[in-house]
Formats: sequence, C-alpha cells, structure tokens
Amino acid sequence: MTTAFRLPKGGRIDRTKPIVVRFNGREVPAFQGDTAASALLANGIHFVGRSFKYHRPRGIMSHGSEEPNALLDVDRGGNRREPNNRATVVEAFDGLALKSQNHWPSLTFDVGEINDRLGAIFVAGFYYKTFMWPPKFWTSVYEPIIRRAAGLGQAPTAPDPDRYAQRHAHAEVLVVGAGPAGIAAALVASEDPNKRVILCDEQAEPGGALLHDVTSEIDGVPTSAWVKAAIETLDARENVTILPRTTAFGYFNHNHVALAERITDHLRVPLTGLPRERLWQVRAGRVILATGAHERPLVFADNDRPGIMLAESLRCFVNRYAVLPGRQIVIATTGASAYRAAIDLKAAGASVTVVDLRLEGDCGTELVAAVHAGVEVLTNHTVIGSHGRQRVTGLIVAKLDGNGAVGAPRVLACDCAGMSGGWTPAVHLFSQSRGKLRFDSGLDAFVPGASVQAETSAGSCRGVYDLAATIADGAKAAGGSRAVAASPTYTSFQPARIMPAPPGQKPVKAFVDFQNDVTAKDIKLAVAEGFTSIEHVKRYTTTGMATDQGKTSNMNALGLLAGQLATEIPAVGTTTFRLPYTPVTFGTFAGPNRGDLFDPARVTPIHDWAVANGAKFEDVGLWKRAWYFPARDETMHQAVARETKAVRTSAGIFDASTLGKIEVTGADAAEFMNRIYTNAWTKLEVGRCRYGLMLKEDGYVFDDGVAARLSPTLFHVTTTTGGAPRVLAHMEDFLQTEWPDLKVFLTSITEQWAVIAVQGRRAREMIAPLIEDIALDDAAFPHMAVRTGHIAGVPCRLFRVSFTGELGFEINVPADYGQAVWEAVYESGRRFDVTPYGTEAMHVLRAEKGYIIVGQETDGTVTPDDLGLSGLVGKAKRDFVGKRSLVRPDVVATGRKQLVGLRTGDLSLILDEGAQIVADPNQTVPMKMIGHVTSSYMSANIGRSIALALVVDGRRRMNERLHVTTPNGFAQATVVEPVFLDPEGVRLHA
Amino acid sequence: MRFSLLSLVRNAFSNHQNWGRQWRQPEPKKTYDAIIVGAGGHGLATAFYLASEHGLTNIAVIEKGWLGGGNTGRNTTIIRSNYLYDESAALYDHALKLWEGLSQALNYNVMYSARGVLMLAHNHHDVMSFKRHIYANRLNGVDNEWLSREQVKDFCPPLNISPDIRYPVVGGALQRRGGVARHDAVAWGYARAADALGVDIIQNCEVTGFKRDASGAIAGVETTRGPIATKKVGVVAAGHTSVVMARAGLRMPLESFPLQALVSEPVKPVFPCVVMSNTIHAYISQSDKGELVIGAGTDQYVSYSQQGGLHVTTHTLDAICELVPEFRRMRMLRNWGGIVDVTPDRSPILSKTPIAGLYVNCGWGTGGFKATPGSGHAFAHTIAHDTPHAVNAPFTLDRFRTGRLIDEAAAAAVAH
Ligand SMILES: Cc1cc2nc3c(=O)[nH]c(=O)nc-3n(C[C@H](O)[C@H](O)[C@H](O)COP(=O)(O)OP(=O)(O)OC[C@H]3O[C@@H](n4cnc5c(N)ncnc54)[C@H](O)[C@@H]3O)c2cc1C
Repeated sequence: MTTAFRLPKGGRIDRTKPIVVRFNGREVPAFQGDTAASALLANGIHFVGRSFKYHRPRGIMSHGSEEPNALLDVDRGGNRREPNNRATVVEAFDGLALKSQNHWPSLTFDVGEINDRLGAIFVAGFYYKTFMWPPKFWTSVYEPIIRRAAGLGQAPTAPDPDRYAQRHAHAEVLVVGAGPAGIAAALVASEDPNKRVILCDEQAEPGGALLHDVTSEIDGVPTSAWVKAAIETLDARENVTILPRTTAFGYFNHNHVALAERITDHLRVPLTGLPRERLWQVRAGRVILATGAHERPLVFADNDRPGIMLAESLRCFVNRYAVLPGRQIVIATTGASAYRAAIDLKAAGASVTVVDLRLEGDCGTELVAAVHAGVEVLTNHTVIGSHGRQRVTGLIVAKLDGNGAVGAPRVLACDCAGMSGGWTPAVHLFSQSRGKLRFDSGLDAFVPGASVQAETSAGSCRGVYDLAATIADGAKAAGGSRAVAASPTYTSFQPARIMPAPPGQKPVKAFVDFQNDVTAKDIKLAVAEGFTSIEHVKRYTTTGMATDQGKTSNMNALGLLAGQLATEIPAVGTTTFRLPYTPVTFGTFAGPNRGDLFDPARVTPIHDWAVANGAKFEDVGLWKRAWYFPARDETMHQAVARETKAVRTSAGIFDASTLGKIEVTGADAAEFMNRIYTNAWTKLEVGRCRYGLMLKEDGYVFDDGVAARLSPTLFHVTTTTGGAPRVLAHMEDFLQTEWPDLKVFLTSITEQWAVIAVQGRRAREMIAPLIEDIALDDAAFPHMAVRTGHIAGVPCRLFRVSFTGELGFEINVPADYGQAVWEAVYESGRRFDVTPYGTEAMHVLRAEKGYIIVGQETDGTVTPDDLGLSGLVGKAKRDFVGKRSLVRPDVVATGRKQLVGLRTGDLSLILDEGAQIVADPNQTVPMKMIGHVTSSYMSANIGRSIALALVVDGRRRMNERLHVTTPNGFAQATVVEPVFLDPEGVRLHA
Repeated sequence: MRFSLLSLVRNAFSNHQNWGRQWRQPEPKKTYDAIIVGAGGHGLATAFYLASEHGLTNIAVIEKGWLGGGNTGRNTTIIRSNYLYDESAALYDHALKLWEGLSQALNYNVMYSARGVLMLAHNHHDVMSFKRHIYANRLNGVDNEWLSREQVKDFCPPLNISPDIRYPVVGGALQRRGGVARHDAVAWGYARAADALGVDIIQNCEVTGFKRDASGAIAGVETTRGPIATKKVGVVAAGHTSVVMARAGLRMPLESFPLQALVSEPVKPVFPCVVMSNTIHAYISQSDKGELVIGAGTDQYVSYSQQGGLHVTTHTLDAICELVPEFRRMRMLRNWGGIVDVTPDRSPILSKTPIAGLYVNCGWGTGGFKATPGSGHAFAHTIAHDTPHAVNAPFTLDRFRTGRLIDEAAAAAVAH
C-alpha cells in the first residue's frame, strides 16, 4: 500500500513526523497532524465500515464531528480501546490501531449484507409488525438475533486505565467555537483585561473552517496568517483561556455550560498523571455561541456509497490534510459553496465535474470562477443514483427539461463524489439553552430566535455565512465592532428535499439518516401510517437518533416530512435538541469520583484505634463503623458473644461518635423542641436529658434520640447516625418555612464531638479516676442527666444514658481529643477487663432490652403507639409535627402492626430479618401475612436466639404461636414481650 | 390491516404503499360517553380496555401534544412486580401478567423482554429489606429470589463484585419474569388497537377546564379545540395531573420533579439483564438497539422543566462506572428528563374523586411504566362501573386523609 493520494506539498500536517497507523491490521503510513480519516484517504481507503441495519458498505462522509458513517474501533494501547469513534475526529499517532466494525466475518465480505437484499421487508418499524408468534420466541429466539445484529462496535472489555478530572470555572465571557466569528468575539471580549474569557473549540487547533480555506484573504493576508496573529494576540492576554479539543456539550440554566476537554487521546504515550479528559463546568456572565454550520447531504438513490462525501469535506481533505480524495471527482450540488471545493480539487490535480441542480441563470460568480479554473459544470442537472458497491464508480445524472422533467440518465464515471445540499446552522446549544428557534425561509433553516439566557449567537450558527460578515458578527456579539475586507464567500443554495428522479423509478434506497439507515421511503411510510408529528417520525423511523444525532440529516428529514404533509417546515417544527452535542465518555462525567472517592468515607476520631485493634468495619450511610473486634481467629458470632457478655458482666467501651448531633439554641429553643418532638420539653430541667421521638407530618416515626438541656436556651440533640442530615434538613425546613418567628439557631455538631460510650456495672468506677469536677454518684448524677466538666483534662459533656440497659455514660469530648480520651478511659478500664465492642454487639444489647432502632423496627409506616411508645406523645401539647395525622381514622384503627418479641421453638434458630409472619402456614397462596421480623440475633446473655417483630394486634397475641418464613418453609415462634432482659430496669439505676 | 410476517412480505411486494394509518386523525365530536385526558400509555390503555372489555366505544383520548410523548416515551422501561405490600404486589403483578401476552393482544410487538430484573444489595439494610420483599413475594405468589454475591456475578457477568469497592455487592434479589419493553410500541400498540375499536385519539388538543352540571357532576371539558360534552372524565396526565385537576378545583397530594435518563452509543450485546441499585442510585439495561439505558435520580427540587441538573447525571454515571468499570470509556449519546408525579407514599392513585364523573389515575412517579396494562385495565373498570376493580380499590385518593398509606418507599428506606 502506498500513500498514493497524498499531495506533494501543502496541508497542515507535519511532514517531518511520518507515522504509521494500522487499519484492520494493515499498515497505513501517515503524518503527524492527520486524522484517522485523512490517513486512510491518503492511502486510497474510503470503505471503512458497515451501516447499522442493512450492513451496507460505507465510507468517510464528512470531515468533522458530524460524521455518521466512518465509525471505527480505536485502540491506543494499554487497554485504551473503545468502539464507535468517528474517524474524522480521531487524531492519528504512530501505532494507533483502527478497526472497522459491525460486520462478520470481514469488512469486505459481510453476511449481514443479506439485510440489504431483504430491505424490502426491513422497512421502518417492521419489527413492530412481526416476531410475535409463538409468544415465547421473542425473548428466546428473535430478540437475541436482533440484538446481535444491532449495536455498532464492541464495548470495552478491560477496566479503563485512564483517569478523568473535573474543574469549575467562572468567566465573564465564554466563547464556544474558534472559527472566524468566535475568534473575533474573543478578541473584542478580552480587550478589557478584567474580563475573563474562555474560548473553546472541539478541534485540535483554533481556526474553524478557515483551517481548510487556502484561497481567501482577510485584510489582505491569507486566512491562516490572520488566525495565527489573532491567536497570538489572545494567547498573550492573561485573561484569556484557550481550550482546544474541548466540546461545549451541555447548556443548563443560569448560563452553566459543560465542556469536555480531551487531553491525551492524541498522544502516543500520555504523560503519567495527565488525565485523559476533563469536565469543565463553566458559569459564564455571557455565552457567545459561534458553533458554525453543517453541510447537508443530497438525498438520491444509493447516495451512501463509499467515496461519496460532503463537498466541503472534499475541500477540507485536499487543503488541510493535502489528501486528494479521488482523481476523477463529480460534485453534485444545489448551491454555490461546492464550487470552492471544485476549484480547490482541480487546483490540486483532480479532474472535476460539477452537477448543479440550479439553472445557469440562478448561479452567481462561482460558476464563472469554476469554469475559468477548468472545472466542467452541468447546470440544471439532477443526480439520480450511483454505481459501485464498495466504492463509488459513477454518478447517474440527468438533465431537467424546461418543466423540470427528468431527462435521459447518463453515468459520469468517478472514483469519488461530492454532494452539497446547502447549510444548516448548528443551533444545538442555543436550543439547549431553551432559546426559541425561528425558521428563516431565505436561509431555509432554523436560526436562533429570542434568547432566554445571557447568550448571543454569532456567525454561521445563525446563518451569517459570508466571511467578512461573520467576523463583524462575532465582534458585535462581544459588544464591539470589527470591519474587515475579506474574499467573498459563496453561500446561496436552492433547497432540495430529495433530488428530482424519473417517475416510476424502481424502489431505491435514498438515505436521509445514513447511520441508522433511514431512507426517504421510510419517512413516506411513516406518514402513510399516521406518524405525522416530527417526534413520531423520528421515533418510528429512528431518523436523527444515531450517534451523530442527526447533524447532517435533520433538515432533510424535516423537509421530506413537510413535503409528505403538503405543508411548510415551520408547521412541522423541529425535534428537541438534547445534550450532549457530541457523545461524551462516562469517565468524563464520573471524573475523580471512583474507588474511595466515589463517596467520601466518613471515619470517627477513634477510627485509627479501631483499625489498630483489628476491628472489622461496616458501612452505615457514609460512615465506616467498627462492627466487631475479633480476637485471634474468632468468628463474628464468637466475637459478638464475648463482647455482649463483657458489657453485661463488667464493662464495654463503644465508639458512638457517628451519632448525629445538633445544637438547638436561642430564646425559643424549648418551644422549637416542643414542636419538633412528640414529647414535652418545656419543663425539662437544665442538666437533664430526655429521649425524644420525632414524626413526619404523616404521623410516622422519623427519628429518635436523646436530647440534653445544657442551659435554658441550649439543647444538645442527638439523632440516629443515618438520620443526621435528614433531621437537620427537616428542622430547618420547619424553622424557615413554618415558624420563621421562632428565635432559634440550628448547628450541626456531629463532627465536633467524639462520643465514647462506657457501659456496664463498672462504668462509673472506670471513668471516676479521670474526672475531678463532676460528682458521679447516683444521687448527684442520676440516669438521664447531663453534666459539663473535664475528663482527663479535656472539656467534656458527660451524659448518663444507656442504649444497653446497663449503667452507662456517654462522654462527649472535642473531636481532636477523641482518641486520646478513648485511650485514657480504655487504660483506666483495664483493671475491669473493659472490652471494646462494635455495632453488632450494640444491636444485640439493645434488642435484649427491646430498644428500637429507627429504620430497623420502623420503616416509615410505624406510629409511636405501634412501638408501644404512646407514652412519649404529649397529649396535652397544643401541636407538634405529625400530631394531626395521629388521629386519622386508619392510624387509630385496630389491626395495626405492633412491636412484640418472638421466641423461636428452636433455641438456636436465628430468624431472617425481614421474614414474614403468618398465623396459618397451610393456607393457599396468596397468604395472609400478619407481620414481619425486624431484628433477630443470637443472645449469649440469654442463651438463646431472640427476635423483635411487628405483628398485627401483636400486644393482644402474647403467647400465641405464629409461623415465620425461613428459606425453605416456616419456623414456629411464640409472641412475647419485646423486653428480654431486666424488664424492671434495675441495672440502669445501679 | 393485521400485522404479521405474512402481511409484511405481502406489502413488500406492493412497495409498502398499502399500509393504512395506524390510527385516524379525527376531529373532536360534540359529545362522548367518556373522555380520557392524556394519551400516555396509561390513558391509551384505559381507552383500549374501556372499548374492548366494557363496550364503551364512543370515547375519546385527548392529548395536548403527541401521543406517547410524555413519560411513556421517556422512561427506562423497567418492568417488575416484586413489590412489598399485598396491595402493590397484586396491582403490579396484574400488570405483569398482561405484559406477558400484550403483543398478541394488541397485535403489535411491544418487545416485552423478560430478561430478569436484578436489584443489588450493598449493606445490611439492603439485605434485610430485600429478604422482607422476597418472603412477602413468596407468600403472594410473586417470583423473587435471593442471589448470593457469586450468583449475582453468574447472572450478570459484567458486574464488579470485588469486595474492595466503596459499596461492595453483597447479594441481590432477582425477579426472572421482570424485564423491559419498547416504550413507544406500547403507546402506539394501544393507540392502534383502541382506534380500531372506534376510540377517537385527538392530539394537539389541551384540556383547559371542566364543565359541571347543576349537581356539580362533570358535564364536559373545555379544550383548546373547543368544548366537548361528556359525563365521565378520566384524568391520566402524569407530571401535569396537579395542573389539570386544579382546573376542576381539586388540589392533589402530588409533587412534580424532573427525573433524568440517558443512553450510551449502541454496542453489541454486553449487558444481559436489568440491574438496579438503590443504594448507589443506578439503573441499567441494554436496549435491543444496543444502547445502554441508564436511569438517573430526581432533582431535589420540584419543577416542570424537563431538564434536570448536571450533578444528577454525573452522580449516576460515577455509580455505573463503579459497578462496571469497563464502561468508563463508553460514551453518553443522549440525556433527557421527564416530569414525574410523586405521592407522599410513593404509590399511585387510581380512584374516584369528590366530583361525580371525575376519575384520576396518577402518582406513578418514577415507576409507572411497568404498570401500564394493569393500570389501564383497572382504571377502565373503575370508570365503566363507577366503582374500583379489586386490584385498585386500595389506591384511593382518600387514603391520604384516612392514613391508610401503601408506603413502598418507606418500606425500602434505610435509617439507622
Ligand atoms: C426518566 C424516566 C425514567 C423512568 N423509568 C421508569 C422505569 O424504568 N420503569 C417504570 O415502570 N417507570 C419508569 N418511569 C415512570 C413512567 O414513565 C411513568 O410512570 C409512566 O410512563 C406514566 O405513564 P402515563 O401514561 O401516566 O404518563 P405520560 O406518558 O406522561 O402521559 C400523560 C399525558 O398527559 C398529557 N397531558 C398533560 N396535561 C394535559 C392536558 N391538560 N390536556 C391533554 N393532555 C395532557 C401529556 O402530554 C402526556 O402525554 C420513568 C419516568 C421517567 C421520566
């Protein structure tokens, strides 16, 4: 293979850096600066893939991100492989491995091509009409076949070695697109050094369409020199950030624009540490959209053969990459811009014929220029088909007569063809910004109408195509003006929805959406079947739903639909433009949020001690909590048995720092507490604690915890570990929206205080030596009291509370002292064999006492009375959150589930938490369920398994025998009181 | 014309010139026996069953946009019935049974694909909640089974079950009859079948108000295409139900939030089933076209804007990449949002209302696609008989007053 189609000079490639890429294993010589597409074309390769449905041979159609056909699997080495890359935007480097996709067994011989022959059956929506018999066959037979045939490339199979970054940025002006309009806008916007300006462009270098314009001049210099000078000016300004290879892909409210920057994909060996891509979230004062326009293909029979390209793309490949896409080129057009391509191709040595649908009299100066340059021009001609299978060999053209009737067809032989059906402004981001589009019939296109955000469109993305006018428009968008003299741009075109063809032409495939294989006939069929809304047509035919999101196809589809409905395009409207503008990797969105950073793990001040002492951890919300502390090779059950026994016989120490903590302060603090909790707080004395229940408005238990009154205006509130953020939000919600008159401040202090729970009959003796300024005896410091003072010299809030049923203290110390105080207490407890215990033992200990855990015994449908806690509901209180709901008929009705204990017949059987309970296990399905197990453990202290459950009318069923589901059937269990140990609470008051 | 392979082949010979319209484009009549507001899947299904099972054929479905353009055409199509409470299990399983024969019943391939819905457990509370569901489902005759970590991997090989990730997979609950279907086909299939029975589907027509007779009962609707008389109106307007019902003077216990979804570029089959993880907020399956279909969460704030925040999407995709790190190099192709109507107990309302002749079917929130056939079937019964079907009897509007909630979300919620 040779680089036979590379021109000897010109282009923006770096001829000093020859490289070799591989295509399906074959070596393809190229240069640095090539894209995969230009490298392939330089080697005469047009046929690079197979289409989605019909598996038709396809080539490279465009030169940019709108490419529908040339989708390649790209392997950059080291597990950096992924499918569906548009060859036109993949930058080539030495060793890059490209593969074609969607064929079997090979690109040139593909069994799937049978679909093309069966095309008469595989029309739009055919799958809705068949594959229904026999019913079971859909999932087992038809669907697997369809799934295998569909899909494009192969998903990556190895974990991604790359890393992704994210960045937030603010700018006075964000300019999207660095073509002439965007550059002009950035120049003006950045004149004021106090204005931060970001200029981003999806291409590897700024310049936009000027990168392939080698003939025009701006103010007397070639466009390339103008771009270079402008970029140098911008580069020198410290207030300007230029982001190449950066696509603005999403436009959100408040001028929040998301950009995807590709940093390493073009590098053979990415520098270590460099992220592959970066997500920029820009909040801009003003956004200037200068996103250019897309050329429209022409719709005619077999317009999809490899070698048939957009006219402007031919021009791009010859000028920017010094590649001659063919030697004998026919360009079919309905407008003027294609003549530029013709002239440039001719100058590069190709023989060129232009086939123009327009009458000679409708053409402008482009015609003369082309003829002068030696281009053959056929005006008033249509193109009605093409020859060739894996590469175009000729276009079938015909002259139109005076009435527009199609004359005799003839074939113009060629090895490459161009097509140009005019231009479509890229209004995607404008539309995402919620701006309303307006149809401009002169331009035959939708253009931005009224803006909704602080945004301005400039240049060809709003239909200003002339070079000088574009530059002036960009400057104006930035609030300035710039008048330049520039070469004229050929802009006019005659809209053609479908190229005139002879009547009675046999069924043909004239593609509208190339990637999804949607033909003009499909659109006709959709309309005939009643799909007349553009959204219906889109969904029924799938036009515009491919990976290019219809950038080249939408206007043709709209036009054809309008034609079918005998109406105008504005009456048809357009589909919604959705983000992203071009596909963006999942990695870019996920950014650094992976592994440990996926969700930050919260650890307590005592975490390191637990790690050093061999704790196993469990995830509780974001927290890592010590679960149990196995000694040597203990199992969890053995460890928990030892830990729970130690607490009941001597003493245990437990890290309760994860408890949510909120300070409620202010003159109205007590009133606020009254309204938020079910029970009464006004009379709670300073220095005392109370257990509180909190409901949501629906009357169901929402959270619980102990709160202490530290002064008349200060409460130290504790919440469940998982509930802390919810509870604070709930409190703030009421404070700010319902009771703004209350003088109360809420402060989360969860992170400020470490909490060390010391539980067991030795608890007092353990801490006594460390405390001087708090009297600890039962009379001075009874159960449910709170004192402030010092422990081991550290200020503390000392609670006498218990979640185990034993004598207990919870020592709150500033978080930074947490571990030091823990170690001091632990040291002091050694003489009592103090045992550290984890959350599992904590669960067992509280279940032995029948203490509930919100979220385990409750599930958002449980009232205080269901839990046997109606004593905690202040009957006399005027109001509290949820009060009104507690008197709703179904909340006071009988038959509610109530908290009870269960004893299994088999002492060693631990029921499954979540197991369902029935009265009669011999019923037929569906069975009547009367409750479920909420907690279930082996209790070493009691010497048997215990369980808590919610059971319909449970309190009336004491000693009743019920049946609980097990993995294989049912187990018997007897209903008992939910308190298994020390029901009188003697131990608490020790 | 009946759809079949044969008719497809026959039409291929006539160059597909002879397929008729799948539904007519009728002018609204002056009077109908019943009117359904909203041509989403639920509204169209209601009309179909009213006509096919209750003989009410002089009826219309009125749609402000294009049929199927609401949440029906925007959802991630997860279908399952392994709900906790008896009421929900009965309703969703009623739907699931209809799904199983729906393509044949409608003569329209809705591509119901029972490939299994696997819900991942990541912590103790997930395990407890899933077991509670599995046991309840067993006693209700609904399939749902517990899978160990290794069985999870066998069933869905792409999943990362390494114990070293932030929230390791500890097991899962699998409903094998669950799966996905083609959302547009559901709307179109019901529309075509209803139309064939004489139902008028009137698109681009917004219901702007209600007419009441002297007794206060419904007498008709006002629309952007003029008034239409009727004695029965069923409102099935999803995220806009509150707006429509307010026009009848009723305040609904609903909040509307944007909910987002996205798809990747299409690839060859890599993901065999549906996987959901509530704990890390990710839902994923692969469409027949090859796109990975991924559901994101709702925004935190109520809104009628069909565009959610970027942070919601980023958080969904980081979760997906944790579950399947190979997907990090996949690309998002399209992202969109829908407006979902959420009730305080996260269960739907299929109910009569305080206004005679006015019925409402709403509150499906983030998960009503799966119920489409069952919901339509039961709601048709409710309208035809002015009394609910056994399956929807518990789903009253009144329950928020009486407190008889069916709190599925709470049942799955985690506190500690
Ligand atoms: C992103 C997303 C993902 C989802 N994923 C799933 C999933 O995986 N599984 C699942 O089961 N569910 C899912 N859902 C929920 C599901 O889509 C909905 O519950 C269901 O489709 C609702 O159907 P519907 O027919 O009630 O509503 P819609 O399809 O929204 O139909 C309501 C119709 O009412 C019309 N309307 C409104 N106001 C008026 C008026 N005044 N006059 C006339 N017409 C009016 C609307 O235009 C609309 O067409 C998801 C939803 C979203 C948004």
